[in-house]
Amino acid sequence: MQTRLAKIIPAGDYWMETVREGETLRIVDLEGNQAADTLFFSAADPAERYSAVDTIREQGNVYLGLGTKLISTEGRVMLEITADQIGRHDTLGGACSGESNTVRYDLEKRTMHACRDSWLLAVAENDQFGLTKRDITHNINFFMNVPVTPEGGLTFEDGLSGPGKYVELVARMDVIVLISNCPQLNNPCNGYNPTPIEVIVAR
Amino acid sequence: MDIDYQTLLDGGKHWSFTARRGSGLTLEDVEGGANLAMLFYNPANPLERYNAPDTLKCQHTFRLGRGHCLYSDMGRIFCSIVEDSVGWHDTVGGNANRALVARRWGEIGYQEARNGWTQNGHDAFLVEAAKYGLGRRDLAANVNFFSKVAAGPDGSLSFDPTNSPAGGRITLRFEMDTLVLAHTCPHPMDPSPTYPRRPVRFSFFTAPPVAEDDACLTGCAENGRGFANNRLYHLCAGGH
Repeated sequence: MQTRLAKIIPAGDYWMETVREGETLRIVDLEGNQAADTLFFSAADPAERYSAVDTIREQGNVYLGLGTKLISTEGRVMLEITADQIGRHDTLGGACSGESNTVRYDLEKRTMHACRDSWLLAVAENDQFGLTKRDITHNINFFMNVPVTPEGGLTFEDGLSGPGKYVELVARMDVIVLISNCPQLNNPCNGYNPTPIEVIVAR
Repeated sequence: MDIDYQTLLDGGKHWSFTARRGSGLTLEDVEGGANLAMLFYNPANPLERYNAPDTLKCQHTFRLGRGHCLYSDMGRIFCSIVEDSVGWHDTVGGNANRALVARRWGEIGYQEARNGWTQNGHDAFLVEAAKYGLGRRDLAANVNFFSKVAAGPDGSLSFDPTNSPAGGRITLRFEMDTLVLAHTCPHPMDPSPTYPRRPVRFSFFTAPPVAEDDACLTGCAENGRGFANNRLYHLCAGGH
């Protein structure tokens, strides 16, 4: 494997790059319990994008892990999880925003930095991709633990991840990857301590 | 309750409308086992749309039922579930597209069956979305009223075909003006051996004002703050 790209992303920052079919994307939780809020778009047709609901329904399981095929809104495989040191990743919890923070925590927390702000800056600064707020949909939260109960409850728990653990995906089509390294300070998912992640693209 | 307008949406059909703030809508699963999919947008700015993850995490729930609110991505409440005889409505099962319907139940085209064709939820939403200038980029995880998808202890998903009986009812109260896209095409996990085609009755009425002890307003502290966001919206430019 030859590394094409490697970048450390501080919490509160974003990473937006094209990953080619056949390339491997590794996301490393450098210090543990971080959340990497991730969206994927088909590079050839960005209106086709990662679909959380199609992915969990087609695999028959609400958690993502080794072997999960990430399914697009058109029902095609975009990427596949080929290595996973964590065991479970969330795709129900969505991404934090100033607006959702007002509901979840306090009306006066609307100005705290949030994943959706990072994504909006990303699509604005990278307008060569032609994406806007319309394209900001339901994401994967790599490293995050959101258990669902048979009675229909949903909770946010301390992460299952740990320092240096990683997840690896192989792209089955050319994809635009948009990651927000989550800046959330109100949620136990990152131990109230957002930390850097590293992304590595290799082939 | 005086009903302002009533209509029956047959199974496998689609529709859309704008519900005014303060209107109520009772939905009835006439025969049992219906699936009524919906997506919600702000008609004044369709970039504000229903957000299933925010709806679930704000209320710490995987299912929808009485007392729950359906949130936009802007921290506001499109509508509240003020009554519900069913107890579980899905928002994680998604939508069936043409290929899935063909694989599951076989495809019967319009030429062959006229309006008895096997319409799919994805195309149904695209047709309704396009009426408002919306398209593929604007579709999101939808609600599937009357359908139940549960997760086992290991996360495995299962569909409960007995969830909604004949006469099952749910009532929504709109907390802001809301563009509603709706279809009665089959839930993608419905195990029915034949294409399920079940009607839903829509009854529109004027809802009474939200009381201080309203079950949705007081259901959790988060919903109190959601209602506060709506209040701010109507105080500002979003008011009419």
